[in-house]
Amino acid sequence: MLEDLYQEVIIDHSKRPRNFHQMADATRRVEGYNPLCGDKLALFVKLDGDTVQDISFVGAGCAISTASASLMTETVKGKSRQEAVQMMERFHDLLTTEKPAAADLGKLKVFSGVREFPARVKCATLAWHTLKSALTNAEEVVSTE
Amino acid sequence: MAVVTEPRASASGHRENFPVLDQRVHGKPLVYLDNAATTQKPQMVLDAMNQFYQADNSNIHRGVHELSERATRHYEEARVKIQRFLNAADWREIIFVRGATEGINLVAYTYGRKHIGAGDEIVISAMEHHSNIVPWQILCEEKQAILRIAPINQRGELLLDEFEKLLGPRTKLVSVLHVSNALGTINPVAEIVRMAHRHGAPVFIDGAQAVAHMKVDVQALDCDFYALSGHKMFGPTGIGVLYGKAALLNKMPPYQGGGDMISSVTFAKTTYNELPYKFEAGTPNIAGTIGLGAAVDYINEIGLDRIEAYEHELLAYGTAQLERIPGLRLIGTAREKASVLSFVLEGVHPHDVGTILDREGVAVRTGNHCAQPVLEWLGVPATTRASIAFYNTKQDIDALVAGIGKVKEIFG
Repeated sequence: MLEDLYQEVIIDHSKRPRNFHQMADATRRVEGYNPLCGDKLALFVKLDGDTVQDISFVGAGCAISTASASLMTETVKGKSRQEAVQMMERFHDLLTTEKPAAADLGKLKVFSGVREFPARVKCATLAWHTLKSALTNAEEVVSTE
Repeated sequence: MAVVTEPRASASGHRENFPVLDQRVHGKPLVYLDNAATTQKPQMVLDAMNQFYQADNSNIHRGVHELSERATRHYEEARVKIQRFLNAADWREIIFVRGATEGINLVAYTYGRKHIGAGDEIVISAMEHHSNIVPWQILCEEKQAILRIAPINQRGELLLDEFEKLLGPRTKLVSVLHVSNALGTINPVAEIVRMAHRHGAPVFIDGAQAVAHMKVDVQALDCDFYALSGHKMFGPTGIGVLYGKAALLNKMPPYQGGGDMISSVTFAKTTYNELPYKFEAGTPNIAGTIGLGAAVDYINEIGLDRIEAYEHELLAYGTAQLERIPGLRLIGTAREKASVLSFVLEGVHPHDVGTILDREGVAVRTGNHCAQPVLEWLGVPATTRASIAFYNTKQDIDALVAGIGKVKEIFG
């Protein structure tokens, strides 16, 4: 159902993305790119030891990728690297498996409708792939292809 | 066989020749508007290919037996059909390849490698498909040659004056598309050929997007090469045609080595076969070629004149309908245009437009249409593209417009 994909929260975050700005004092800056639809984003992460102290992004993309990046930044702020990576795995399960992990995904559950739209899974995961790269490597471009 | 009537009435009649169009997707009647990506296949093409596999399957040019003779005859008949379709002077000028992309690569690899050297220039336009950019980039890198890009205006029309300024003694080849897949622009190819020939440069025309929509006469155009893809003209995938003037083809080295492209092989010396076989190494796509021949028959039955007239009317209708939608901007508004309605919708990414239209049964393409440079040139990262064929109707356009209404509803 279209209504499951384009839930109000997703439309809202796509139109008014949170943490949507550059970050001069970021410790990590990584770019993500989805060649299929041309979605591009740059992710800024400020790490304090092992903690994501601050996170922001800029870029242009579809509603799903923009909303996903926006909600991701809200969700992982203040989390440890390990927590963020674990959340990514649970998020990926939510999008791709019939029985999503029971673990609390909070607001991210609004993306469960993406499962019915396999062509859009990459849109929803672009920001997360980029985050994973930011937490493991330094500067590089992440592609979903 | 299709009954030919007046263009306006013909569309719905011919629609019945395409079994795939008669289905529902997501509970809605399919509205197929992705014809620039690939066209659907009429029953006649499916039957011709089936017939080959069920009754005639055999290898060609080799066997002494009946099946091989039949297969060879059908294969070569298809070549003559294509020759007439393009009005080529000689059947030997028709080379079967996988598609327009392979046709371009063949010329880059053979003609290009032989005749283009350091400091030489190849001229293409700013609206080329990636397939008419990358093979030349590869060649230029290998040969230290230079790729020059002829600019376009905001409507998506080639600036002929600027194009002409790029031509000179160093120009060794011009390669342009006939019809733009991203914008629908029809290039003034006859004029391009005249200009290039004044400077002694041969011209390659990528006709992938043209041949299903308008009559092409390679002798009248006087182009040196012309390429097409079968699947974009109601034929199967994996088969296409490279036309080349015999005088040029004869001087070109072979593309691939193998069976059928040789007349004799010894370990000391191999003699290459005559045209067109010199460029057709290995067992070709026989069923595909026969299917393409059937597609040519099918197009001829309806007549490209009527197809062109009908599609022109449909494009004008679609343009008018889309222009009335607030916040919608057509991308590609050339005065000479065919088949394509590319657009952006304010505040909504094309990918979202495409998903919502799909759920309404409307199939379109979204993204950069393998023509990233031209969209960057026009300042849009991606568009939604509806592309028509003669089996589309005004009702299809209306469904598209209604689908866009749904998009606006969701995105408020």
